[in-house]
Amino acid sequence: MLYIPGNNPAMIQQGGIYGADSILLDLEDAVALNQKDAARTLVRNMMKVVDFYDTEVCVRVNHLSTPFGLADLEEIVPLQPSAIRYPKTESPEEVAELLKIIEKIEDRHGLPHNKMTLHAMIETAMGVQNVFNIASMFTRVDAITIGGQDLTADMNIIYTPDGAGIDFARKRIVMAAKASHIDVIDTVFPDVNDEEGLRRETEYAKKIGFTGKAVINPRQIDIIHEVFTPTEDEIRKAYRIVKEFRTNSAAGIGVFAIDGKMIDAPVVSRAEYILRLANVTVA
Amino acid sequence: MKPKIAAQSGTFESSDVIFLIEPLPDNSGRKLEITSTVMQQFGASFNRIVEDMLNQYDMTDIHLIAKDKGALEPTIKARLETAIKRSLNQQEGTLK
Repeated sequence: MLYIPGNNPAMIQQGGIYGADSILLDLEDAVALNQKDAARTLVRNMMKVVDFYDTEVCVRVNHLSTPFGLADLEEIVPLQPSAIRYPKTESPEEVAELLKIIEKIEDRHGLPHNKMTLHAMIETAMGVQNVFNIASMFTRVDAITIGGQDLTADMNIIYTPDGAGIDFARKRIVMAAKASHIDVIDTVFPDVNDEEGLRRETEYAKKIGFTGKAVINPRQIDIIHEVFTPTEDEIRKAYRIVKEFRTNSAAGIGVFAIDGKMIDAPVVSRAEYILRLANVTVA
Repeated sequence: MKPKIAAQSGTFESSDVIFLIEPLPDNSGRKLEITSTVMQQFGASFNRIVEDMLNQYDMTDIHLIAKDKGALEPTIKARLETAIKRSLNQQEGTLK
């Protein structure tokens, strides 16, 4: 997911060609306080006419506690992006209030309540504490994401490249997403010149369960894709596991071995997930 | 409507346009100064968009300066809408 500042027309109009799975048109932190009105109008106009091809488009609005949040929703909700990303989500009550406002706007425009989804950003200690309820209580919340910079600021600690200060939060957020069967997206890696650091952090994020990672520069997209895309070996192995599982299941065998390693339901489930990621069906 | 205050929107970046609007004395009409890096190819279209929007907002007694760096139509319209609304004191921005 590529962050694009909402007041940057050059980047917005090219949003669909960077190769990201999704772009996030940002009306919040990437926009100066005295340009919020300009960004909102620009994003609204661009969304109406720019072709983003098959790139999913999300918009990060300002929090409802700011003077900009409601105006953002009034302009953006009628355009029904794939998702609205809500910053600094701290409680399920907050999400309920947000959804109520969104649905009122949708009703006014004759729009359904089940098309556009919501991404809740967890960026405060309170949000981390309440993350499971935020992730699990609303069908429209289909992803949660961690905001590393704001979270470290809220915790009064310094963001370090090893991510030590937000490690607990990362794992707690991942677990809440897994328990709620929704996506979970890791925070940005702020140093665009440190490609090794980006790769290391992305590999770690994948290892602990994140399903994607946000980027702040198109240069970072390829590395994220390389890490998250299953390798050819992984796909071949997964294919073999699923195929043999089906053959064995038909013969009434639940557990079997491939190359001396036991294959049971959890291994099959992981293999099926890899094939889904790779868009491969077993013949 | 007549601008209440001087207002600005947009940037000098490529693919963007900067608009500056200021009020003129009563009965001055419109004074437009438009420059663009793509004036030869898209100047007529740019002028039409500006005139249409000024008509839409019924703007008069206005001095408008535009410096375009190849903005697309949605950007031109967004920047001009922002500048007009700021000049009418309908929303906050720069040059207040």
